[in-house]
Amino acid sequence: MDIPYTVQVRPDTGLYNAKVGIWLFLASEMMLFGGLFSAYILLRVGTPPGEWPHGWLDVRFGTFNTMLLALSAITTLLAWVACKVGDFRKFKIFHACTLILALSFLCVKMYEYHDKWIHYEIELKDGRIADGHLVSRTSDVVVIEGRYVTDKKDLYDLRSQKNIPHDEITIPRPEIVKMQNYGPWHNTFTAIYFTLTGLHALHILGGCVVIGYLWGPGSKMWKTDRARFTNRVEVSGLFWHFVDLVWIFLFPVLYLT
Amino acid sequence: MSESNHPVDLKTYIRTSIMVFAVVFVATASMIAVSFSHVGGWPLKVTLILAIAVVNAFFVAGYLMHLLTEKKLIYTVLAFTVFFFIGLMGLTVWAMNDFPTGTLIH
Amino acid sequence: MEATVQQFPPYREGEAHGHDEHGHHEPHFFTKYIFSTDHKVIGIQYGFVALCFMLFGLFLMLMMRWQIAHPGAPVPALGPLLEKILGQPAAGGAISADLYNSFGAMHGTIMVFLGVVPLAFAAFGNYVVPLMIGAPDMAFPRINMASFHAFFLGGVVMLVSFFIPGGAAQAGWTSYSPLATTIPTDGQAFWLVGMVLLITSSLLGAVNFIATIIQLRAPGMTWMRLPFFVWAQFVTAFLLLLAFPPLEAAGLMQLMDNVAGTSFFLPTGLAIGGHMANVSGGGSPLLWQHLFWFLGHPEVYVLILPAMGIVCEVIANNTRKPIWGYKSLVYSVLVIGLLSFIVWAHHMYMTGMGQKIATFFQATTMIISIPSVIILTCLFLSLWGASIRINTPMMFALGFLPMFGIGGLTGLPLGLAATDLYLHDTYYIIAHFHYVVAPGTIFALFAGIYFWFPKMTGRKMNEFWGRVHFWCSFIFMNVVFLPMFTQGAKGMLRRMSDGGVNYSAARVHDAIDVLPVSVMEMNTWILWGAVALGLAQIPFIINLFWSIKHGEAVENDNPWGATTLDWQTPTPPPHGNFETAPHVVRGPYEYNAPGHEGSFSPQSDPPAHPSPHEH
Repeated sequence: MDIPYTVQVRPDTGLYNAKVGIWLFLASEMMLFGGLFSAYILLRVGTPPGEWPHGWLDVRFGTFNTMLLALSAITTLLAWVACKVGDFRKFKIFHACTLILALSFLCVKMYEYHDKWIHYEIELKDGRIADGHLVSRTSDVVVIEGRYVTDKKDLYDLRSQKNIPHDEITIPRPEIVKMQNYGPWHNTFTAIYFTLTGLHALHILGGCVVIGYLWGPGSKMWKTDRARFTNRVEVSGLFWHFVDLVWIFLFPVLYLT
Repeated sequence: MSESNHPVDLKTYIRTSIMVFAVVFVATASMIAVSFSHVGGWPLKVTLILAIAVVNAFFVAGYLMHLLTEKKLIYTVLAFTVFFFIGLMGLTVWAMNDFPTGTLIH
Repeated sequence: MEATVQQFPPYREGEAHGHDEHGHHEPHFFTKYIFSTDHKVIGIQYGFVALCFMLFGLFLMLMMRWQIAHPGAPVPALGPLLEKILGQPAAGGAISADLYNSFGAMHGTIMVFLGVVPLAFAAFGNYVVPLMIGAPDMAFPRINMASFHAFFLGGVVMLVSFFIPGGAAQAGWTSYSPLATTIPTDGQAFWLVGMVLLITSSLLGAVNFIATIIQLRAPGMTWMRLPFFVWAQFVTAFLLLLAFPPLEAAGLMQLMDNVAGTSFFLPTGLAIGGHMANVSGGGSPLLWQHLFWFLGHPEVYVLILPAMGIVCEVIANNTRKPIWGYKSLVYSVLVIGLLSFIVWAHHMYMTGMGQKIATFFQATTMIISIPSVIILTCLFLSLWGASIRINTPMMFALGFLPMFGIGGLTGLPLGLAATDLYLHDTYYIIAHFHYVVAPGTIFALFAGIYFWFPKMTGRKMNEFWGRVHFWCSFIFMNVVFLPMFTQGAKGMLRRMSDGGVNYSAARVHDAIDVLPVSVMEMNTWILWGAVALGLAQIPFIINLFWSIKHGEAVENDNPWGATTLDWQTPTPPPHGNFETAPHVVRGPYEYNAPGHEGSFSPQSDPPAHPSPHEH
């Protein structure tokens, strides 16, 4: 049994089935990330003035990741073009690049997550707060590379502060009231940061799985049904471009504002 | 074939891709510049940055996703989606900001 | 503009050998029944599982109504069994307050997301829509299968949550924060995971339905020749597609709150049990409500639109004349779809919204009632001057009309902010929404089951027991839900595990506005009505299974004399449905058209699968 318009376009719509399907799916994804972005807006607007963090994320990593994804979007498009002109070798090369770029993106992201994971805010008994990256810890002391602040508010706007000291600080454990790393639980900024980028990273991973499949075992269809295979490459490419689009908004919203 | 109305040519697409990449590069650089500048308070900076991001998205969606040459049906679906997206954002923000005044808290 | 016949490949090849084009052997049991990609099998899978869940939801309701009528008393007969299965929450065979809350939350969740929506949208939609548009299957058969399995998994997760320490979710089907995060049970996390699976299933299904209806209509099946049922399913699919994702986002965030200690929805200064909560704060409980109801309101239209579609088909068929106002129906359903996205905060009038925003939502809510009334009016007007043929599906369809009327009209004081301030969270609300869904949608679904049963099995369900099922259900639905309007108007609140005893005249003698004895007595009537309603489903269940093998065989493939393409197939329709694409030449309801022979003219010409006799 053949489903009509799997490969041929339907005359009155000008589209084949999977293209309609993927755009519908992307519409739902717009609403998904829209829900998260609206949460971001509300949480940020609802925060008392001066308490929303600035400069907690390294713009260099974000920029590098942006360029990686933009490049991967281009290699994705060119992989499809290669299919259209019948150049299987080029398709393989372009999509291999897509996968390498995507995995590099994920590596950078993992490094950034790790950086937050080992970044601690330690409240001390004398009212000061020690803030920095964990160097080592034993049962007696915690050693961080960072600084002391007296007011928690000083930790929020890192952009306006110049030359933040990074000394090695040793804190005896009995002094510690509360020790918490910059995970999602730390404040609403980290919560929405990890959730937004985490969900985005899951989408990248999913895209890698699909593109990896088409690059590998799925590429057998090139020999049996070239047009249908090309459509699959196009449709998965559209998904990949959407994931890039989300990052185009994620990066400025989280890193630059 | 999927798009049988116009022939596909690798060279044209490479040119388009370079153009879009350049746009992304310039847009990213400008957003970073605005972010680190002292052009005004955060509200103004956020507005400028988002405006640049929208232009950036327009190029990626328009050229890389072929949205500029897409069919009417897709535009219709996306138009409704955008309408509901704005409704979700706008009405929620409005609802959170419209509350009775003259009470103890407000 | 239309697709031509030439572009459609044959749907089924090699008919003579009974094989499909690859000369397959008979598929394995698992491929045929469990991992099928055929839309009809998937429709039946959805239908069967959904009906099981609805029965379970009915059972939960009976437990709750017992507790309300006899607070603290052990459940007769079933008490010891409950205690054995659930342990401490059902100590002594009685429904404890926590257990009541979890039954309440799960009754709502199961009925809405595991019962009515899968049955109305997925089961009927999957089985009937491809047939009605003349397609060989859905556009994406394997995604269809994935959608069913995600639904099934989601259901399993929800059921499993009853047995974990702490029990199932207890924060209502609405799962409001901060309660949903601070309740000491993992059941809330299970609920959220289950919801993510169910939402995934719905999204995949929605994509499939929309793509199928757009792309796979047979040649000649223009948009304005579609049966109204297909239009209803089309709009419903769009509602699911665009309204569910914000809830998925919110569910993800609440899951993070529950499991990862974030504070998306937990406000600053939250104290639990007298101690400051160990969370970062800064979140907004209202945000959850907005994201939940952004889905929640379109969801209720998801519940009702397929039902309206079914009722329309059954009424057209049994009045032997075209539906009155086809165009009005189509435009109304499109407007409902559009407006349903911007009315949601009428569920939130009590959250301290300002007057401007409350007025906005009140206005859109009032406006959306107009197309709903238009649809109901068209259906009523279709009866005028009709040759009404009474059978079980028609009785349920006719019963739907006044019941949905009551449900809809009682929604008006809830849409108006001023009156809703009083009625919110009372039994009036429960009565309102149950009227729309229970004697409303569920009656339409029963109509659909009795109507399409002959197409699925080649036999009719027993007519006498069908009518018994109808009358008993109709009477007892009203016995159960009608008094609740009065209870609500007198101030009885929702979700009270003691049935309102603490606010009753018996407990608090001299307070103003206590719940009078008459209102409390209604709880007993309602319990008896609920039990009778449950018993009334037994003939239906027996009838359903018995008739598969022993029902009266139909004389031909179109026993109801229907015009739509679903009745132009063999019985039951084989894989691929039609031999070749039907060629559609006329509208969907050409009954007794002047100048045409016979009491109906099928949509396709020549008829895709001619019946030997026409009525």
